[in-house]
Amino acid sequence: MAALLELRDVSKAFGGLQVIDHLNLHVDEGEIVSVIGPNGAGKTTVFNLITGIYHVDSGEIVFEGDKVSGLPPHAITNRGIARTFQTLRLFLNMTVLENVMAAEYGQTKATALEAMLQLPRARREEKRIRKVAEEKLAFFGQRLAGYRHDQPAYSLSYANRRRLEIARAMATNARLLLLDEPAAGMNPHETHEITELIGKLRDDTDYSILVIEHDMHVVEGISDRVIALDHGVKIAEGLFDEVATHPLVIEAYLGVRAEAEAV
Amino acid sequence: MSSLGGGQPGEGGLPAAAPEPVDAPDRVKVGVDEWVAEAEGRRAARSGLTGALVRVWERLPAPARLAILIGPFAIFPFITNEGNLYRYGLITIIYALLALGLNVVVGFAGLLDLGYVAFFGVGAYLYGIMASGHSGHHLQAEIAIPIVVISTALFGLLLGLTSWRLLGDYLAIVTLFFLQAFVIFVNNANGGLNDFSYPFVGKVDLTGGSNGLDQIDPLNFFGYHITTTKGYYFFTLISITLLMTMLYFVNGSRTGRAWRALREDPLAAEVMSVPVNRLKLLAFMFGAATAGFSGTIYGAVQSGAFPGDYDVGLLITIYAIVILGGLGSIGGVVIGALVVNGAPELLRSSSNARFLFYGVLLLALFIAMRPWYKPVVVLLGTIAFGFAVHGIASAVWSRGTAGHIEGGGQLGRALEHWVLLPRNTSSIAGWAYFALIVAALVLTLLRGWWRALALIPTLYLASFVWENKLVEQVSGATRLILLGGLLVVIMNVRPSGIFGTSRVEIA
Repeated sequence: MAALLELRDVSKAFGGLQVIDHLNLHVDEGEIVSVIGPNGAGKTTVFNLITGIYHVDSGEIVFEGDKVSGLPPHAITNRGIARTFQTLRLFLNMTVLENVMAAEYGQTKATALEAMLQLPRARREEKRIRKVAEEKLAFFGQRLAGYRHDQPAYSLSYANRRRLEIARAMATNARLLLLDEPAAGMNPHETHEITELIGKLRDDTDYSILVIEHDMHVVEGISDRVIALDHGVKIAEGLFDEVATHPLVIEAYLGVRAEAEAV
Repeated sequence: MSSLGGGQPGEGGLPAAAPEPVDAPDRVKVGVDEWVAEAEGRRAARSGLTGALVRVWERLPAPARLAILIGPFAIFPFITNEGNLYRYGLITIIYALLALGLNVVVGFAGLLDLGYVAFFGVGAYLYGIMASGHSGHHLQAEIAIPIVVISTALFGLLLGLTSWRLLGDYLAIVTLFFLQAFVIFVNNANGGLNDFSYPFVGKVDLTGGSNGLDQIDPLNFFGYHITTTKGYYFFTLISITLLMTMLYFVNGSRTGRAWRALREDPLAAEVMSVPVNRLKLLAFMFGAATAGFSGTIYGAVQSGAFPGDYDVGLLITIYAIVILGGLGSIGGVVIGALVVNGAPELLRSSSNARFLFYGVLLLALFIAMRPWYKPVVVLLGTIAFGFAVHGIASAVWSRGTAGHIEGGGQLGRALEHWVLLPRNTSSIAGWAYFALIVAALVLTLLRGWWRALALIPTLYLASFVWENKLVEQVSGATRLILLGGLLVVIMNVRPSGIFGTSRVEIA
C-alpha cells in the first residue's frame, strides 16, 4: 500500500525548544494510526505542522505524492486533509448545518456577485452542498439529526459538539482525518460510542485516520498502528501491545525506577 | 410554556415518567441536549409581548419582512413636507445605506474597522472632484458612480491588507489612524503654499481645504438631473432595497458563511478550507464600495463636501446604528438608523421632547415595577401630590406658580396646573437638579413600599427640573441626555440590538 501521508525528517523548534526532532511518520491508505505520548510530547504540534498552521523548519510533508508543507492551511485542506481540535473550535453562533456547510467552501466556486444575483451556479452549488452536509450529519444518526440542523451550535452538548467537529471535518471532502483527542472530556459511555464511530468512519466511508488520544482503551480499540512520541522524538512504533510494553514508552509515562537511575 | 410540559420530568409529570424504563431514549432530561436547546424557547416564551413579536417576525418570509421595513419609508414622502423629508427621511436612509456596508465589515466578518467613514468621505470628495463647479469637471453620474465605487473598493483593499496581520484592537488603531490621515489630508489639499506637488500636474486644489469642496453637481443620469429631495430620497431608497436584497442572498451563500465563520474563529475557518485573508479583503472592499456610493449621494445632496462631516462623530453615529440594530442583522440597520437619526431630530421641538420624557418615565415605571398595581399607585400618588403642592404653593408662594410652560401644547397647558413654575428659575432649578440626583441615589437604597413612596416626590421633582431647566436647552444638551436615556432603555430591553440574535462568547 502506498503511503497517503508521509512526514520526512521533519523538525520544528520554538526559540531554543526543539518541539519536533527529525520525525519520520507515515499513514497508509485506509489505516488508523494513533499518536500517543505524555503531555508536551509534541503531538498537537505534529497536527499543526501537517495542517499548515505552523511551518516546518526542515524536512517535508508529502500527501498523495505531493509536497504540502509550505502551503497555506486552506490549500492543504483542499488537498484532502482535515482536522478537529483538542479544544473545540466550532462556529458557535452559526447553526449546526451552517457549521458543516461552511467547511464546504473549498468545494464551491460561485463568487459573491453570483450569490447576490442568485445566478444558476450559485443556487446549484448551494443545493448540492446542503445535501452533502445533511449526509455528513446523517452519519451520526439521531445525535445530530432533524430539528438540530437549524439550531445554533452553542446549544449542543459537549459530546455532540465533538461529533459536529468530526462532521465538519468530513465535509471538507478530506481523505485523511486528523482527530485531536476525540474522546477528551467524555464519559465512559460516550467514549465507547466514539471508539465505535472511528472504526465506522474507516470501514463505511474509507477515510484514513491519524488520531491523538490519551485514553488507552480507545487507542487499543481502534489502532492499526501506534506511534509513541516523547520530546518530539519517536520512541516506539508498532502494534498496540508492542508499543504499550515498550520500555521507553513506560519510562516516558512513568519515569525511571530509582535503582535503575542509580546504576 | 405548555408545549414543554409533557416531556419534562418533575413538572407535574411523575405519573407519566414512572412507567417508563430507566433510560428511555426520548425522554427529556435536565442538562441533556434537548433541555439545553429548549432553554432559549423557555426564555422567549416568558418575555411576553417582545417574544411574541420576535416569533411572528421570524416566521415571516424574507420578502414580507423587507416590505414591512421599506414600506413605511416609501409612503413617507407623500405625507410630509420637504424639510421633514430631508431631516427624517433622506438623512436616515443615507445613514442606513452607509451602516449596511459597516455591517458587512463588523457584523458579518467581525473586523473592527474604525476608518470606515473615511470611505464615505472619499466617495463624496471623489465625486466632487469629478463633477463640481469647484473642480470645473462635470462628469455624468452613470460614469462617475462606477469610478467612485471601484476606487473606494481599491482603497478598501489597501486598508484591508493591514488586517492580514492585525486583529481586534490593533486593527482598530490602524484604521482609526487612516481616518485621521484622511481628515488631515482633505483639510490641507487645497493647492496652497504647503501643499504637495503632484507628479505631472503640479499643485492642484483638490479638496478646497478646510473650506470644503463646494458646488458639487446634482446627480445627472444620462442628462436627467436629480434636483429635488424627493428625487434623492427615492434614488437612495431603491438603492438600499436592492442592497438589502443582495446582502440577504450573500449572507446565505458560501461567502456569507465564510465571513461569519471567520468572525467566530479565524483559525478554524482557515483550516476548514476558507481562505481567510482573501475574505477579509473582500469584506473591506465591499464595505468601502458601499460607503463610497453613499458618500457620492451625500455629497450631491449637500452639494458640497466638508472635512468636518467625515470625522469621528459620524463614525460613532454609524457604529451606534449598527450596534443598536443588532450586529449582523440586515433589517436592524434600518431601524437603528431611524432611532439614532430620527430621535434627536424629533427632540429638537420641546413639545415632542416633553412627550418622550414623560413617555420614557411611564414606560420605565411600568416595566421596572412589579406587581402591576404598584406603578399605578405611584402614578396616581404623584398626580395627587402635584396638585396638592401646586394648591398649597398658589396660596402661600405666588411667585412659585407665576411662570409659564415652555413650548405649550395640550400636555403643556395641562401641566401648568400641576407643576410648580417659579418666575425666576435659574438658581432654584439648579438646586432642584442637584436634589433630584441625590433623591435618585437615595431611591437605590430603599426597598419595597418605601421605595414606591419615595418615588412619588422624586417623580414630581423630576418633572419640576424638566419643566424649569432641561426643557430650555432642549435643542442642546437635554436632547443628548434624552437620547442617551432612550438608548440605555432600548439596550436593556434588547441587549444584542433590536434585531440582533443573542450570541455566546464561550471558548
